[in-house]
Amino acid sequence: MNESWWSWDHAAAVLPMLLEGFFKYTLVATVLGTLIAVVLGLIVAMTRRVAPGFISTPVTWVVEFIRMTPLVVQLVFANLVLSPYIDSTLAIGIWVLGIHYTTYMAEVYRAGIDSVPKGQWEAATALSLPLLRTWRAVVIPQAIRSTLPALGNYAISMFKETPFLVVIYIPEMVRVAQTYGGDTFRYTESITLAGLIFLVASYPTSVLIRRLEKRLA
Amino acid sequence: MPENTAPDGATSIGAPHIEFRDVVKRFGDNTVLNDLNFTVAKGERVTLIGPSGSGKTTILRLVMTLEELTGGYIHVGGAPLQYEDQGGKRVRVSDKTRRRTTTQIGMVFQHFNLFPNMTVLENITEAPIHVMGLSKAEAISKAEGLLEKVGMSDKRDFNPSQLSGGQQQRVAIARALAMDPEILLLDEVTSALDPELVGEVLAVLKDIAAETDISMLIVTHEMQFARDVSDRVMMFDQGSIVEEGSPEKIFSDPGHQRTRDFLHAVL
Repeated sequence: MNESWWSWDHAAAVLPMLLEGFFKYTLVATVLGTLIAVVLGLIVAMTRRVAPGFISTPVTWVVEFIRMTPLVVQLVFANLVLSPYIDSTLAIGIWVLGIHYTTYMAEVYRAGIDSVPKGQWEAATALSLPLLRTWRAVVIPQAIRSTLPALGNYAISMFKETPFLVVIYIPEMVRVAQTYGGDTFRYTESITLAGLIFLVASYPTSVLIRRLEKRLA
Repeated sequence: MPENTAPDGATSIGAPHIEFRDVVKRFGDNTVLNDLNFTVAKGERVTLIGPSGSGKTTILRLVMTLEELTGGYIHVGGAPLQYEDQGGKRVRVSDKTRRRTTTQIGMVFQHFNLFPNMTVLENITEAPIHVMGLSKAEAISKAEGLLEKVGMSDKRDFNPSQLSGGQQQRVAIARALAMDPEILLLDEVTSALDPELVGEVLAVLKDIAAETDISMLIVTHEMQFARDVSDRVMMFDQGSIVEEGSPEKIFSDPGHQRTRDFLHAVL
């Protein structure tokens, strides 16, 4: 190989394509997937806490099942089953990511809810606050406080797992990089830049989360 | 008779404000209260004394519905609180109906239990707005009046964590009073405080006892306070009433050796 291992021309050519894949798919999937996981995770955690056994037990089984199977298998399976009914592969991918991480975030919320002292529930009872208001005004605000750093870490972790969307042919950034490499036989620039874009996006976020963690501690 | 001390005979129609009927409370195999019967008249202040583990705090927690009755009945203002007798069948009172009764009952805890995610003012306005249905403005003006009463007006926008234990407890008292309770339960409200902060809390409570006709059920180790505010003192041991009487009688001339031993140990 007499070509140099790094070509700035290829780098300049692939960068706009990578950024397009990043903003249109990687970022969209991460943000919407996180939103789903943050909301459903809380609902699952509350259900497991307050619902009677015939509801909370099956919920626990489903949660365990999702946690114990790989994301890639879930993506391929969901795509096979749902693609006749849902046109957007991206939508399927986002929901699978979101529901997969729901099971992890539910555990985080559970720990957060458990960390709210019993005296807080008792004070709410002593004031005759209705159950929903107790959750909304007393328990959730205190539970969230201690869970924010862990939730943030799972969001970053989901971000870094978006390349798995490639298995259902979503043209997210890493797939763009591979396609470019396949077309031009120049993988170095495209894969390196894709990695750098991940780093540039997730490092500041993780620093932010660490700072939040310190402030909340 | 304690009924004679009721200042408001019209609404109580002679019925006791709080009535324990054959109350049993067990935690697992441990029987804390066994067939307990007593009444509190409207406006009466009753202090429960006795060694720790004698079931005093459990009595307060049962009235606040923080513990579930194992057996028997509690009536508040004539209405069944946790269970009712329907033709010999013991039926659980629904949560909604329970809450209607508990809105008349306020409780102050040993460890204050203020909401740390709210300011002092928000702690006090939370229930008036969301339980009584007061407007925000009404709730705030009411809270400000109560903060003045407990001497905490200048701290209204502080967080609970910025306050001393005595200050937190005074806010907790204001929070309980904001619901206009007819019954106030005081559960060892000075036990978690540094000794120099006990006085400010007891002073506030003595004012409230003097200015209102709220019925009070008090668990305390402050015997001077018990003597000052109580109409009646009940000595407990192992879940039963050993003896009861006026504070003068119980503290100066107790009838039972068990009471004498206890008072000797704490005074």
